[in-house]
Amino acid sequence: MEGSKRLSAIILAVVIALFLVSWIVKGLAISDSGAALWFSVRDAFFITLAAFLTLAILSFLYKDNPYYKFAEHLFVGVSAAYWMCVGFWSTIVGNLFPNISESLSGYFDVPYKGFNPFYFIPLILGIMLLMRLSARAGWMSRWALAWIVGTTSGLNLIRYLRTDFISQVSNTFVPLLVDWKGVGPFFSDLSLSASGQFTMTLANWVIFVGVFTGLIYFFFSKEHKGFFGAASRVGIWVLMITFGASFGYTVMGRVSLLVGRLTYLFRDWLGLIS
Amino acid sequence: MRRTVPLTITFIVGTGLILSVFFPPFETVGEDFSLFFDIIAVFAFFLGGGNLLRVHGTRIQKKRRDWGYSFITVAGFFLMLAAGLFKLWNPGGITADVTAPGSLFQLMYNWVFNPLGATMYALLAFYVASASYRAFRAKNSDATILLVAAFIILLGRTPLGFYATSWIPDSFSLLQIPNLAIWVMTSPNLAGQRAIMIGIALGVVSMSLRLILGVERTHLGVEE
Repeated sequence: MEGSKRLSAIILAVVIALFLVSWIVKGLAISDSGAALWFSVRDAFFITLAAFLTLAILSFLYKDNPYYKFAEHLFVGVSAAYWMCVGFWSTIVGNLFPNISESLSGYFDVPYKGFNPFYFIPLILGIMLLMRLSARAGWMSRWALAWIVGTTSGLNLIRYLRTDFISQVSNTFVPLLVDWKGVGPFFSDLSLSASGQFTMTLANWVIFVGVFTGLIYFFFSKEHKGFFGAASRVGIWVLMITFGASFGYTVMGRVSLLVGRLTYLFRDWLGLIS
Repeated sequence: MRRTVPLTITFIVGTGLILSVFFPPFETVGEDFSLFFDIIAVFAFFLGGGNLLRVHGTRIQKKRRDWGYSFITVAGFFLMLAAGLFKLWNPGGITADVTAPGSLFQLMYNWVFNPLGATMYALLAFYVASASYRAFRAKNSDATILLVAAFIILLGRTPLGFYATSWIPDSFSLLQIPNLAIWVMTSPNLAGQRAIMIGIALGVVSMSLRLILGVERTHLGVEE
């Protein structure tokens, strides 16, 4: 136990020493490029900090450790404050103050839009939402929550009906014979060209049949047997292709983020690659 | 009072927003309600911050296990909050944009928040690779289809996919991996996504109606 603590202390000392060395070396490199002393010190500190935080997160690949926990807890605190600040400046200062107070609008230098008493509704409901932190007055937050739920429901009901239901159903009814000029030309020009007539026609068939069979798979009020079962089976294949494609995209997205972080470490911090 | 008022608010707001779509003179009501929603949502961020302080403050006060990490959370929170609310180091002062270049808020976003967030997600690349090893075993026809689709997408976006099938003639260009990847994305993938979206839309519509009409009350908590 004592040996483990000593080892941890040695590792911490090495990490701090490396941080200081990196800060100094990076600062000297930046000042060589002609930057003022203050900017060299500041930028070198932040570049080193970002690199060490990146390494701290990546250290989780070995196992859970104090450096990862440090970075993780820092991220939680910083991100909570970040969204609070963005919300305050963009919505409270940008939308609320210009409608309720001329003096506050003037102080924050935002254009005053005139007094609108209705804007006290969200202000009061917002303060009521904060009552959630109180054990005795916590029930008051339900009024604000009710507004959030009502707005979300009202907006989503129309939005989803329009964009995700009506337009998607409408777009599914596509021509099943694309650029049709007769049976003869169709077979004489038959090819697997990516922009050819056959490929376009096949794509539309796949979309039409795929959507219907996919929906049949999600219809659980009737037993999946016979023709209905066969259609449901095709629906599963379509959904499997969708999941596979989504999986492939997710892998690529994550790997590109990793490449971005490695590029930062080897180019921006260490300067090993140009 | 504690349940009837929230249910009435939900009904009035939800119905008002739906009706505003059908009656053009009330169109602005819908816009105002949405704006009110945004303002209340900001208070939800404040609530989140307050709750974070309460949880971690209690851990620090009672010196519970790993309370030192809670101190890091609280310190990071206050530093970022001060940088954002008071616009520390902001060249334009309190009236300038909060994300102005050179401000402490912008520096902390660029060098703390952004690297931490990006690395957290980048870390998932390794776990996705581990998951794909288990998922990408062609144990049955469904898993094989998933494997082939993912493989086509991955190969289609890399130079390897292009070079491996660039010899295929134009009359069969659909079989070239990059073209095949595009076709998979715009045909079977689109069909599957569309079926899922239609299902989700129907679910959202029915749940919205249940909430507006007060049939669904679980968000209000248990009866007291």
